[in-house]
Amino acid sequence: MERIALLLASLCYFFSFGQTLFALGAGGFQPGRFNFAAMALGAAAQGWYLSIQGTRLHACPISTLPEILIFLGWSIALIYLVIGPSYRLSLMGAFTAPLVLFLQIVAIVLPEEAARPPHLPNPWVEAHAALSLVAYGAFGLACIAGLMFLVQEAQLKSRRPARIFHYLPPISILSQAILRLLWTGFVLLTLGFAAGWHAHLPIAGVKFCFSLFIWLLYAALLLGARTGVLTGRRKAIGAAVTFLLILLMLPAIQHLSTR
Amino acid sequence: MNILCAGLNHRNAHLDVRERFSVRDEEMAEILARLRSIEGVSGAVMLSTCNRVELYAASLCPLKALEGFRAILAERSGLEAPLYHHSTPQAVRHLFRVASGLDSMVIGETEILGQVKKAYTLAAEAGAATRPLHKLFQHSFRVAKSVRTETQITSGPTSLGSVAVELAGKIFGSLEDRRVMILGAGEISERTARSLQSRGVRSVIVSNRTYERAAALAAEIGGMALHFDHWEKSFADIDILISSTNAPHAILTPEKLAPLMRLRGGRPLFVIDLAVPRDADPAINDMDGVFLYDVDSLEQIAAESLDIRRKEVDRCESLIDGHVVGFINWMRSLHSPESRPHSS
Repeated sequence: MERIALLLASLCYFFSFGQTLFALGAGGFQPGRFNFAAMALGAAAQGWYLSIQGTRLHACPISTLPEILIFLGWSIALIYLVIGPSYRLSLMGAFTAPLVLFLQIVAIVLPEEAARPPHLPNPWVEAHAALSLVAYGAFGLACIAGLMFLVQEAQLKSRRPARIFHYLPPISILSQAILRLLWTGFVLLTLGFAAGWHAHLPIAGVKFCFSLFIWLLYAALLLGARTGVLTGRRKAIGAAVTFLLILLMLPAIQHLSTR
Repeated sequence: MNILCAGLNHRNAHLDVRERFSVRDEEMAEILARLRSIEGVSGAVMLSTCNRVELYAASLCPLKALEGFRAILAERSGLEAPLYHHSTPQAVRHLFRVASGLDSMVIGETEILGQVKKAYTLAAEAGAATRPLHKLFQHSFRVAKSVRTETQITSGPTSLGSVAVELAGKIFGSLEDRRVMILGAGEISERTARSLQSRGVRSVIVSNRTYERAAALAAEIGGMALHFDHWEKSFADIDILISSTNAPHAILTPEKLAPLMRLRGGRPLFVIDLAVPRDADPAINDMDGVFLYDVDSLEQIAAESLDIRRKEVDRCESLIDGHVVGFINWMRSLHSPESRPHSS
């Protein structure tokens, strides 16, 4: 049943991405209901998978790397479903779908972890982990908005904009979205830290140092944006690079922390 | 029943001629009444825009309707009108092409649809639009919508001002709280500023070497004049800079802009350089947050949009062909024995 849920979610994200690419290629992209519905269905299927796992484990299913990747993808999709329509960032779905699909595929092809970390029945630990992952979901979407900003900025700088220029949102809107997503992620990550502190999690070790490093990076980004030191472009690069760094380091951190 | 279309447009009559035949809204009811008094004419709709004056009439005898129309125009203007004319089915196709913007000076412009709708409304209010004309015009609105959504005939901006507006929109989103500075009070910069104002820009600062010229333009467009020596002091507050001075060398260089950009808190700046020789050093486009467009780049975008539109014409024509057939079939069904009421 879990496999079916995962495959269904992957298919939905694949169709959402494929349909947008096809529409852009045909020159007739209209922010449509199909993409949004496909993303919503994909998120629902992921939610179904997480709920099955959660019922089986009697805990939030975020202890193995595949589960973490699926939960992260689910958070990104959910945040997109909330902010996509309100900021008229419909094309964001075209950028979000491949990222979530990528996380899904990696989660599916990764071998099952033989040793599942011991489950501590502490709601504060679960809140810490879940809040941190939702925060990374917001950072993931900030990364996508950042990439969209860089594409649109390059179009504007080129002075010969291609077709995609007409479908991408204005850079000021994207810049605003990046900032709000960074703030959302930062507040959630800080709350996650607070929950971890309340649960008496160790303030040492690789996982803690990595999380603190990420927290400090985002704090610096937000400070730079607040003081006007960072232009839209630098903010976009910062949001994109920091999240890609998280994605690259996540498997290593997970591996080291479960040893 | 036949549909007659007769008129003159930008292709066969110069503006000097077209303006002699134009009909104001307040004159429309009277003209329509006169047209309906022509023998055989049951209904009439008159379209009068800056580019065309056209009559669409439902008539049993199109030639008589044409002569009557010619006589009315000659009487009003004192000139012989250089009229073209079509009857069913070409008249139907012509209206569908007009409403879709295919017959416009700028292919694919959408303003014409509003003008066709207005002409139809005026005729309907005057009681001059009979059933075939109601059906014809309502069908033309559907055709225009279908052409617009199913092809790229309205793709991209096609004038310097509209390109500037689109680019500004892609940089800032809404233009409502944006501030524009005009450096050098030229005619093109005035037109560009007006295009931006039409999209919501409220604050315009005009700076010119001759202060009086700046003040005159500022008064005309509802802006504020500024002495040329002081333009840099307002730089931190503006979002769009339209430059068209007569300076022999670049006045906007990276060296000059770099310290000014630091005062802007990371906000982007859109520079529209309309001057020849150019006011802006092309290197400023490489600066973070600066987007520079000169006359050539703006015109190139407009030309590319027009090119895309021209390539779409064939697709539009085949869409229209299908609609013409549909309408003609409907007209035939009006005269078929089945559609006539049965007498008992």
